[in-house]
Amino acid sequence: MTPDLIYGLTGVAVFGIGLVGALSAQDRLRRVLALKLCSVGAGFLLVVGAWREPPAAPDPVPHALVITGIVVMVSATAVALALIRRLQTLEATDER
Amino acid sequence: MSVEISPMILSVFVPLFGAIAAFVLPRAAALIGFATLVLTSGAVAWLARDVLAAGAVGLPLGGWGAPLGIDLRADGLSVAMLALTSVVGFLVSIAALDSLKGPEQARQRQYFWPLWLLLLTGMNGVYLSTDIFNLYVMIEVIALAAVGLTVLSGSRAALQAGLDYMYASIFGALLFLMGVGFVYLQLGRLDFAGLTGAAPTGALIAALALIFVGLALKTALFPLHFWLPAAHANATAPASALLSGLVVKAALYVVLRLAQYMPFPSENLLTLVGLMGAGAVIWGGVQALRAERLKLLVAWSTVAQIGLIFVAFARAGEVGLSESWKAAALLILAHGIAKAAMFLAAGRIKDEIGHDVIRDLDRTPIRPTLAQFTFALAAISLIGLPPSLGFIGKWSLMEGAMAAGYWHWVGVTMAGTLLSVAYFSRVFAGFLRFDRVRAPVGEHQGWALADAAPLTLALMAIGLGLLAAPVLSFIEIGYPFGVAP
Repeated sequence: MTPDLIYGLTGVAVFGIGLVGALSAQDRLRRVLALKLCSVGAGFLLVVGAWREPPAAPDPVPHALVITGIVVMVSATAVALALIRRLQTLEATDER
Repeated sequence: MSVEISPMILSVFVPLFGAIAAFVLPRAAALIGFATLVLTSGAVAWLARDVLAAGAVGLPLGGWGAPLGIDLRADGLSVAMLALTSVVGFLVSIAALDSLKGPEQARQRQYFWPLWLLLLTGMNGVYLSTDIFNLYVMIEVIALAAVGLTVLSGSRAALQAGLDYMYASIFGALLFLMGVGFVYLQLGRLDFAGLTGAAPTGALIAALALIFVGLALKTALFPLHFWLPAAHANATAPASALLSGLVVKAALYVVLRLAQYMPFPSENLLTLVGLMGAGAVIWGGVQALRAERLKLLVAWSTVAQIGLIFVAFARAGEVGLSESWKAAALLILAHGIAKAAMFLAAGRIKDEIGHDVIRDLDRTPIRPTLAQFTFALAAISLIGLPPSLGFIGKWSLMEGAMAAGYWHWVGVTMAGTLLSVAYFSRVFAGFLRFDRVRAPVGEHQGWALADAAPLTLALMAIGLGLLAAPVLSFIEIGYPFGVAP
């Protein structure tokens, strides 16, 4: 087993765990975290894909893609969290 | 070093700076918004003139050029989409002035403009992009702004719908990004030109499938449509019009574009896409028949119409793709205009009579007649009655399917048309029945200046059908399909 295969399978597994979590989670926060896990798996896969047998240097372009993906994911998570917080505030005032 | 001003740069950066300015100066937001829209529309008109004169035009940003830099390119299809966005956006903005004028809507008014201008930035960016990674970034700009517009009203239902939209959008974006990464790992290129003529290996097909599923989530193709009805039905009316008329079109456009450069790898996959579209046509139609509220009915009709566009795409198989995209593009334009008109009209009806329960539309003495007329005109285009643009789109769909001998797609289109007649008739019956009204009829006809913008859109949806030939020859400029770029 080569290192890139091991890391690649790990990436797929992490993505899969996230996907199952996102589909089955009832709690809103849990679903956001599961989607984050998915994104970690996806980033992992792309970084592994950029790996080259040393001494060759890894391909930097997929790294750049992953960094952009992380930035997008941070903003998307922030929006999702803001929505969840607002929803919880509304629900709390409705119950009172 | 000289800085060349190009209409392509203007049509992306003007709305971006407009969005920032409208956010920083909330009091002048509407003024900034309209100034931005006028400038952006001017840039699009300038670009249209260039494209008419010289065919497709390209621009390497910063002089770098592909594959290293970012290129912008505009051909007939791009400019048609830009023009759709400008015209529909402008009229929806005028309608927004009226529907967000109440004192309790100050917050909505404050955030509407920055979000909408940001949305415009993303959409114009998508229509001018020439590489798949740039597309990813622009689609994310659209997604964040669209979720913001969905929750603009601040109600619990809208927030819940917006959150579900966000989940779908995040996951779709991840699939798209993975697909982009895998395409790069296969080909070493991200620009469209580098994708042309690539051998359809298994890995490349898998990467494209990821991209397609990501886009299907974002455009709400059946069975991935679960988020759309609630999101579009619970948003405030101008936001619904933007979301249903324009936002879903961006992902559809990307599907068309990618199919131009990387033909579908097999006939079976294309048939599967058509079947998903057919599922949307039937399921969306049935759900629209069952909807209790007007805006929900209109939202389900969006699901059905998006399905129809995918049916048009698949109508004549792989060989016919060089013609089928035109039917799909016509339906995209027709739906963009008519659905924006319909959501605005539905919002006007709701504003006038205070609710949008379809069953009780005939129980009210208040008849917002002009808004109802607008709704009916938009429905004529969505059903596909001549001479509307929707009719031309459906006609070219069926013509191509018949020529190719694919009668099943003709059957699906017919069934979808019948369903749309049925569900829109539920609404018309409520407009036209007067025997259940207990108060005297006609005390309030509900004519208002606010009806002007939706009525203009609806008239355009009908009238552009008469201009279908010039529209068609315009979107063919730069030969988006058929001839290698």
